Amino acid sequence: MELVVNILLGIVIAATPLVFAAIGELVVEKSGVLNLGVEGMMIVGAIAGFSVTIQTGNYLAGVVAALVAGALMALLFGVLTQTLLANQVATGLALTMFGLGLAALWGQDYSGKAAGNFPKLDIPVLSDLPLVGKLLFGQDYLVYLSILLVVGVSWFFRKTRGGLIIRAIGENHDAAHAIGYPVVFYRYLTLLFGGACAGLGGAYLSVVQTPFWAEGMTAGRGWIALALVVFAAWRPGRALLGAYLFGGITILQLHSQGFGVKVEAQYLSMLPYLATIAVLVIISSDRLKVKLNAPACLTQPFRAAT
Amino acid sequence: MLRLEPRREPSKAMQVLTPVFAVALTIIAGLVLFTILGKDPFRAIWLIFFEPLTQTYALAELTVKGTPLILIGAGLAMGFRAGVWNIGAEGQFVAGALAGGSVALALHETAGLWIMPLMCLAGMLGGMAWAAVPAFLRTRFNANEILTSLMLVYVAILLLSALVHGPLRDPEGLNFPESRLFSESMTLPILIEGTRAHVGFILALLAIAVAWLFMERHLLGFQIKVQGQAPLAARFAGYSEKRIVWLCLLTSGALAGLAGTIEAAGPVGQLVPALPIGYGFTAIIVAFLGRLHPFGILLGGLLMALTYIGGEAAQIAMSLPSATTRVFQGMLLFFLLAMDVLVGSRIRWAPRQAAG
Amino acid sequence: MPEPLLELDGIARAFPGVLANDDISFSVGKGEIHALLGENGAGKSTLVKIIYGVLRPDAGAMTLRGKPFAPHRPSEARAEGIGMIFQHFSLFEALTVAENIALGMAPELAKGDLRGRIVEVSTRYGLRLDPDLMVGDLSVGQRQRVEIVRCLLQDPQLIIMDEPTSVLTPQEVEVLFETLRRLAGEGCSILYISHKLEEIRALCDHATILRGGKVVATCTPAEETARSLAEMMLGESLSPPATDRRTPGEVRLRLDGLSMASETQFGTDLEDIALEVRSGEIVGIAGVAGNGQTLLMSALIGEVRAARPDAIRLDGRPIGRLPPHGRRKAGICFVPEERLGHAAVPDMSLTENVILSARMRKNLSRNSFLNLQRAARYAGDVVARFGVKTAGVDHAARSLSGGNLQKFVVGREIMQEPSVLVASQPTWGVDAGAAAFIQEALIQLAKDGTAVLVISQDLDELFAISDRIAVIANGRLSAADPVDTLTIEQIGLRMGGQARGRANAPGAAEPAHA
Repeated sequence: MELVVNILLGIVIAATPLVFAAIGELVVEKSGVLNLGVEGMMIVGAIAGFSVTIQTGNYLAGVVAALVAGALMALLFGVLTQTLLANQVATGLALTMFGLGLAALWGQDYSGKAAGNFPKLDIPVLSDLPLVGKLLFGQDYLVYLSILLVVGVSWFFRKTRGGLIIRAIGENHDAAHAIGYPVVFYRYLTLLFGGACAGLGGAYLSVVQTPFWAEGMTAGRGWIALALVVFAAWRPGRALLGAYLFGGITILQLHSQGFGVKVEAQYLSMLPYLATIAVLVIISSDRLKVKLNAPACLTQPFRAAT
Repeated sequence: MLRLEPRREPSKAMQVLTPVFAVALTIIAGLVLFTILGKDPFRAIWLIFFEPLTQTYALAELTVKGTPLILIGAGLAMGFRAGVWNIGAEGQFVAGALAGGSVALALHETAGLWIMPLMCLAGMLGGMAWAAVPAFLRTRFNANEILTSLMLVYVAILLLSALVHGPLRDPEGLNFPESRLFSESMTLPILIEGTRAHVGFILALLAIAVAWLFMERHLLGFQIKVQGQAPLAARFAGYSEKRIVWLCLLTSGALAGLAGTIEAAGPVGQLVPALPIGYGFTAIIVAFLGRLHPFGILLGGLLMALTYIGGEAAQIAMSLPSATTRVFQGMLLFFLLAMDVLVGSRIRWAPRQAAG
Repeated sequence: MPEPLLELDGIARAFPGVLANDDISFSVGKGEIHALLGENGAGKSTLVKIIYGVLRPDAGAMTLRGKPFAPHRPSEARAEGIGMIFQHFSLFEALTVAENIALGMAPELAKGDLRGRIVEVSTRYGLRLDPDLMVGDLSVGQRQRVEIVRCLLQDPQLIIMDEPTSVLTPQEVEVLFETLRRLAGEGCSILYISHKLEEIRALCDHATILRGGKVVATCTPAEETARSLAEMMLGESLSPPATDRRTPGEVRLRLDGLSMASETQFGTDLEDIALEVRSGEIVGIAGVAGNGQTLLMSALIGEVRAARPDAIRLDGRPIGRLPPHGRRKAGICFVPEERLGHAAVPDMSLTENVILSARMRKNLSRNSFLNLQRAARYAGDVVARFGVKTAGVDHAARSLSGGNLQKFVVGREIMQEPSVLVASQPTWGVDAGAAAFIQEALIQLAKDGTAVLVISQDLDELFAISDRIAVIANGRLSAADPVDTLTIEQIGLRMGGQARGRANAPGAAEPAHA
């Protein structure tokens, strides 16, 4: 039983960065924008969160720094794609390349340092319950935040006018413009939100999960988060589920050698990437369903008609 | 306030000028960056962009680094023109290096002029095979090729690592994860004595010429452009989207695979885990820098090679961080994309208005 | 004259290269149905957007109920009691009726029992709507109801309607007019934009006529004839297209049992389409948008292949499984509805754009290499013969005006001398001069022996140029009957889905009121 709990704890920790990044991108895509720069925003968030945490010794400051850094990266993307009408795919790639370089530059003095232990929820009695105590009541605060975020986003899209407007903009930006909604403004908002989430996801990696800084430490998680949004069919709850599934695969890969699987480590490390491809194939092959769920304006540039 | 006003048709002058503007802006931003880093900005820019052009050795190196960038960039640009986003060239590069390198390692006791072409062929097939996966998954299962091709980069790099740790490891080596050194028949002939410039550059030039002919004069190139600019018009004309997707991915995969073999058989001379150093990603920038046009890509490839060489020189001379080059490359792509707006729009000063 | 509700004084607005509105002044009275008449490009849409707050004027002023009125955004116009029904609906297919309506209202108004109010208002005005349906699943006429109900829920004092009847069957138009008259009777003003003369004569109290961005006349439509209105609108005397009938020859194009499932979520499937088009005749296919025309066009072009080769025959040869270029080679050419992006690549030159569809029949390539000189020559020929105004064949398709590009596209196909030409909405959204030119060219083509099939939503056009007209409704095609045996009402009934006399089974006609 102890082992099962440890595995479950591992899954939660492996999944949480993906939850943040995927839920942020989901909101962005709902508004009709595809930001492929998640990986870049994550890694910049990772180094921002890490360096500020080390410098100030304050975890909250680190988290805020990651949020701001991710949002600033997204702002860059917004200026290019929303104001200057640059191609979203190319700009997203640029954001990732720039982010990886910038983070490497920023982080050169931080390699090898450790961030210490991120504060965890500690409720007397409950957190000390055998088995479930640590799992349900003893996680770090960001895990709870990630789940709250998913619930919040889900509620936002289903119940609020703001959510309805964003869905409408993603569905038909020309119509939204015609009845008077500022399409570009809303898209900037979702981009900033998505960037902040990705930044936080990155910081979770460097400040909580590992917790140290290594160049390129996101290792494709931003891209996996993008795949998760497709997997989730743009539904927040399914994004959470998908992230935990991937967390499971990661942990499986880490533990499989412990279970006596005799395969080179490299082959096991391929698992999450191969799983991503498999998931994409399964979800995408139902073309009609993807069309049904995908925001109709995804990747289309919006230029206000005169 | 400034307003963007759509042009009636794309400006041809701006298509040529925007990359120049982007480079200029990158240099300006670089000056700012180096000032922030506390380094002499003008010296750094001189070292990165101009100093290499004054030395024969560095000029030769330009062709060495430029070769893979030009080859891969030419292939990727084809796909980008069709809206086929192969961003996994790095993986196809590795697959090509593995295929070409495996041929070399299998034949390590033989010699002959036929070996090198065979390696190149194997490399192209390896790259094609790696690119065939996203092509198949997109045409058969509608899976997004951006994500699948990228995921395969990680897989390819891990595969390379696994193989040079295992079956391809040099049996006479000291257990280091690297293959045998390639023999003379398996390394590319040197063009200029005393430098590393090799015949691969000739192949790159050839690829550019063929790519131009193909894109500007051949029906398939025309189909690619129509597919990218107006998919419905391509349907109207009767061009098969699936065929175009396959064509673009296989061609770009083959060129990336060739670049991988050339890298392994040229400057590196063996298979090592550190073989992929990001050419496959930098080539994306090259493609855009060259405005997806073969001649532009030739120039773009050489310019990006310059940032590699100059960047290295500046790192050593001024103890700059190694990531500087990548930041530069990222900035360049941003400025390119930002400047692109000038092709389709003009900027006008206009009194504030609700233009909607 | 009733007391004025909205007054415009000297409104002007320029866009790069055009003065869309030039010193426009008129007023709309309370409870008045006021027509804004003008052909495409006369400046109607710009003016309407200014009134609705989407655009702002460069000069001039408006007053509403005697007070200055200068809305900065649509929500401000809505708050002042102005509602707008767009020509291209501002609706979201993947959202429900209720969500769509909520989006178009001020947040305060959208609160509470919106669904109940939707049902209440829609029944009161005879515009029944289910608030929980997806808009994508509604017919075009129902979608217009959504727009109207959205407008009515905000207790408007002025409703602007931009070409509201272009998507309706004649019967639906009658229902709409009744609703509008009732609204006017309740004191609501209506600004009715159209270029359809008979409608304006039947409905409107006053008319302001725009041409080239200026007010050229005002009148009381009931006192005018359609002809006099048209002359005011166009500023020239009209000559209707020659209507001498041609003698049809042998069957060129034969559709038989053509069925096809829609590729898109909200599309219409084709069911068992049958039709014959003979050499020398023009057959029109009428129908309200969204009844399967798009898919039918795709099926004819070959963008989507038929299940059986013999579902489509050209001169007796089965072509149902051939790709588009194979069909062109066999002798059939196409003019799709959408000029930019479908018939032509916007950013490619005219030379490149002829390669798109004329490569086969005009030998514009050899061994798969393009012959650009030949292509340029052919493009030049098209430009010359069809009077396309352009600075040169190396300029982008996008740089041409709508009418000129359409002439180019139609010319590109006609000059390939096909044995069958299929054209969808050949004059949609082009100026009157180009429209007349294109219609004339189609008639000439038929005279020269080509079988011409025209799919159009413009009944006037079909009656003017066709020998026979069939109606497509809900993916089914009625028999094609000679024009002189048909009335607008009969066509209207068929457009409403009461197809009669299926062509493939003439004896087994379904009764119209089953």
